Amino acid sequence: MMRFILPFVVFVVLAVFLFVGLNLNPREVPSPLVGKPAPAFTLPQLHEPAKPFSPADMKGQVWLLNVWASWCVSCKEEHPVLMELSRRNIVPIYGLDYKDKQADAELWLKRGGDPYVLSVADAEGRIGIDYGVYGVPETYVIDKQGVIQYKQIGPVTPQNLTEKILPLVAELQAK
Amino acid sequence: MIPEIGNFALIVGLFLAFTLGVLPIVGAARNNAVLMGVARPLAAGQFVFLGIALGCLTYAFVANDFSVLYVAQHSNSQLPTVYRVSAVWGGHEGSLLLWAFLLSVWTLAVAMYSKHLPEEMVARVLGVMGLIAVGFLLFMLMTSNPFDRLLPAAADGRDLNPLLQDPGLVIHPPMLYMGYVGFSVAFAFAIAALLGGRMDATWARWSRPWTTVAWVFMTMGIALGSWWAYYELGWGGWWFWDPVENASFMPWLLGTALIHSLAVTEKRNAFKSWTVLLAIAAFSLSLLGTFLVRSGVLTSVHSFAADPKRGIFILTFLVIVIGVSLLLFAWRAPKIGLGGKFDPLSRESLLLSNNVLLSVAAASVFIGTLYPLFMDALGQGKLSVGPPYFEAVFVPLMIPMVLMMGLGPLARWKKVDAPELAKRVSWAFGAALLIALLLPLTMGKWSVMVSLGLLLAFWIIASVTLSLRERLAGRDDFMQRLRGQSLSYYGMQLAHLGVAVFIIGVTLVKGYETERDVRMDVGDVLNTGGYEFRFNGVTEEQGPNYVAGKGHVTISKDGKVVTELYPEKRQYNVSGMPMTEAAIDAGLLGDLYVSLGEPIPDSDGAWAVRVYIKPFVDWIWAGCLLMSLGGVLAISDRRYRIHNKRSAEAKTEMPLEEKTA
Amino acid sequence: MRYLLILMLSLLPVFAYAGEAKDMAEDPVLEQRMIGLAEKLRCLVCQNESLASSHAELAEDLRREVREQMQKGMTDQEIIDYLVSRYGDFVLYDPPVKTSTLVLWYGPFALLLIGGGVLVYQLRKRRSQIAEPQISAEDARRAAELLDQTDKPEELIKKDPQA
Repeated sequence: MMRFILPFVVFVVLAVFLFVGLNLNPREVPSPLVGKPAPAFTLPQLHEPAKPFSPADMKGQVWLLNVWASWCVSCKEEHPVLMELSRRNIVPIYGLDYKDKQADAELWLKRGGDPYVLSVADAEGRIGIDYGVYGVPETYVIDKQGVIQYKQIGPVTPQNLTEKILPLVAELQAK
Repeated sequence: MIPEIGNFALIVGLFLAFTLGVLPIVGAARNNAVLMGVARPLAAGQFVFLGIALGCLTYAFVANDFSVLYVAQHSNSQLPTVYRVSAVWGGHEGSLLLWAFLLSVWTLAVAMYSKHLPEEMVARVLGVMGLIAVGFLLFMLMTSNPFDRLLPAAADGRDLNPLLQDPGLVIHPPMLYMGYVGFSVAFAFAIAALLGGRMDATWARWSRPWTTVAWVFMTMGIALGSWWAYYELGWGGWWFWDPVENASFMPWLLGTALIHSLAVTEKRNAFKSWTVLLAIAAFSLSLLGTFLVRSGVLTSVHSFAADPKRGIFILTFLVIVIGVSLLLFAWRAPKIGLGGKFDPLSRESLLLSNNVLLSVAAASVFIGTLYPLFMDALGQGKLSVGPPYFEAVFVPLMIPMVLMMGLGPLARWKKVDAPELAKRVSWAFGAALLIALLLPLTMGKWSVMVSLGLLLAFWIIASVTLSLRERLAGRDDFMQRLRGQSLSYYGMQLAHLGVAVFIIGVTLVKGYETERDVRMDVGDVLNTGGYEFRFNGVTEEQGPNYVAGKGHVTISKDGKVVTELYPEKRQYNVSGMPMTEAAIDAGLLGDLYVSLGEPIPDSDGAWAVRVYIKPFVDWIWAGCLLMSLGGVLAISDRRYRIHNKRSAEAKTEMPLEEKTA
Repeated sequence: MRYLLILMLSLLPVFAYAGEAKDMAEDPVLEQRMIGLAEKLRCLVCQNESLASSHAELAEDLRREVREQMQKGMTDQEIIDYLVSRYGDFVLYDPPVKTSTLVLWYGPFALLLIGGGVLVYQLRKRRSQIAEPQISAEDARRAAELLDQTDKPEELIKKDPQA
């Protein structure tokens, strides 16, 4: 008679999956780049276009690469958090200004403050694609060997900063 | 005031549904005629009060009452009246109300057309439907009340999504919901039969017409949705294997299986537990669709705004309804008898093989739709399952299915003489094969897939022809023989022909469509597929709640003007959303489809224009229409109209039954 | 690049007579290949749309990326590998066959085998379990006749003296 209970068992398993599914975000796509070397690029700096910047310059340091844009709404939300972080001087933050206009970007930094050691301009979004960016803001934690160790999708908040990003940075710096 | 009346009517409706869900079922268990007798009046009362609620919401929309939150979110004073009415079901809350109202319509219909059924059966069926209504009404009142006020009232509404401002969307949801909800009748009959322990051919006979009606609505609802996507989304696709489409397709597949297995159960009193399970599963998948669309667990183009609280509520409701039904099944099904005898090769066994294929097809759609969720829940990462997967899995399953569809109606009940059947169909198959191999040559390009598709379609057509010939040819009067066949026979053959027509449409449009994406200056011509498209420019036009750029394209063939098309690019005032309104010249042999892209910057009125030539594309929906008409014919059969208690009782005493070993 | 070309084209003198419409793409053959590939790829920021049909900015950028990689002579598989290395399997509408997708790809066919097997087993079992009803040869002949004539069970009942 076991076969008559089978549909019920299948359904219970399904219901458990559906329940778990309710607490998942189907739109958040984890990055396959975590654990891989940060893709190389050379881009002009936002403030001094004559000077190029490349992730290779950062070898030997733990750093954050924050993807932002003046048109991005949730960047506004994360901006004060980044300002606070840069004041505490724990880890250098570098900005990737994604698909932005030079003037808008400069105005944004003038108004809200500039938490970045420097920003580079990715006007056409090509470096963004190389880094698998799909929603701004995104933040990468990159270790001394230039390997991406973590990707924060969406704004950096005081919570995910203290719970995830800073402990990881401390751990990586100690290595 | 009116919204409060609506809210009150909902609460009364809930109370009536609850009473309907309890008293008659208790009455049936205790054999209490008074308690069973309240079922019909309660069903009528529930219908009246939910009708009042729906009327109140519709009134709030038509009267632009923006103090009702739901109205403020989904309407606007500029919105034309017909779309204000259809905006009632343009969002989550209102569409739930429509769901509940349609459920009360079905409940009332069962109450009215069940005079020939035993009282306790009616009581149980209506009671189960009442319990389902309780779930939906509670859901609405607790998490998604369409009558919630917005204070202070909004000055104007946020407008209905422009995509939904379309005649197709006025009727698509009610049709589809009639189908979804209609499966609740077959479900209620199944549960009633399990509760009563009375599981015989009469049960199948009673639920069969209801299932067919629901299936007809569902077929039309899905077809309308597909047709809408075709002309409204601006790039000529008609099916995307999106989770929400799949959510309607799965119950359709199981409903189709159910119609066929009910035939075996009615005829041979066999495979009853399977048929009951199928009835439960078809409605369960309807409910699951509701969950998928409204909980946000899957990403879809047309899901409603997601809310985890709603997700939890529907999931709980699902677990109760489906879980209890399946437990009841596990408890009662082992006692169901085996039924009458038939051979492993017979029309019965062919119908059951069809069931296996349809159920596996539904399961594969299910696996594909939910696989991303499974993977994510197991921490295996994110993945997407889209059209390439479904086409790779679904099409191979449909090939044997269609081959059997041709054989089934030709096969005898109880026992098939295989060599004899093979001999009968050999000519039909040969003819189909010949046409399938040669016809593509006349269309300019031969390909395996086109030939295969045509083989399947012409195999159905040939077998239907053969069946008609065998039944109608003879020495006596042709007209008499024509009348001598039952309507359900004609219905079946018409529905099968519909599948053939559908396959022809799909095959030819996939094999021979042309698409051009061009830049057209005013006066430019495009020569493609034997037609000449001349672009006469775009003029601005003012709509009721939008501004449109209206293009003018003249199409001619061999120097003669075929038609003039006016594709539009609209910008809606409130939402600012751009919309592409394709212009289509529909025809029996194919559509000419023109849609406007974007204006080309720094040009003298040039636009990006997309031109499609879609041969036989309308056959896709014509096929669905034929399937539905087949269903309508089948339920018009007199054996469903002349029912009286006597014949129903006579049938339960069939001598060949319940001979279990 | 495409917009630059459009810009350049629109700067050309406008001719008074009707011209043949030009394809939007510089290279229609390559464009068709790009669209063909993009239909199998998912737009990441959309609800559920392919890269080919989406109007989202990221989708346009990704189409440009795919087009440029094709111009560089990369094969479809190389382009897919590149996108997967950046965005994961999520971008593929056609999930790769690997251990975690075995159920997805082979599940339906396994179910078909099981379903078919169960049906055959049940049909055979039924044959041995159900005894042939004891009816006379004459009744059997008449019943067979009726069954051949009609699909309608109630007529069978009405005419069958046993009912």
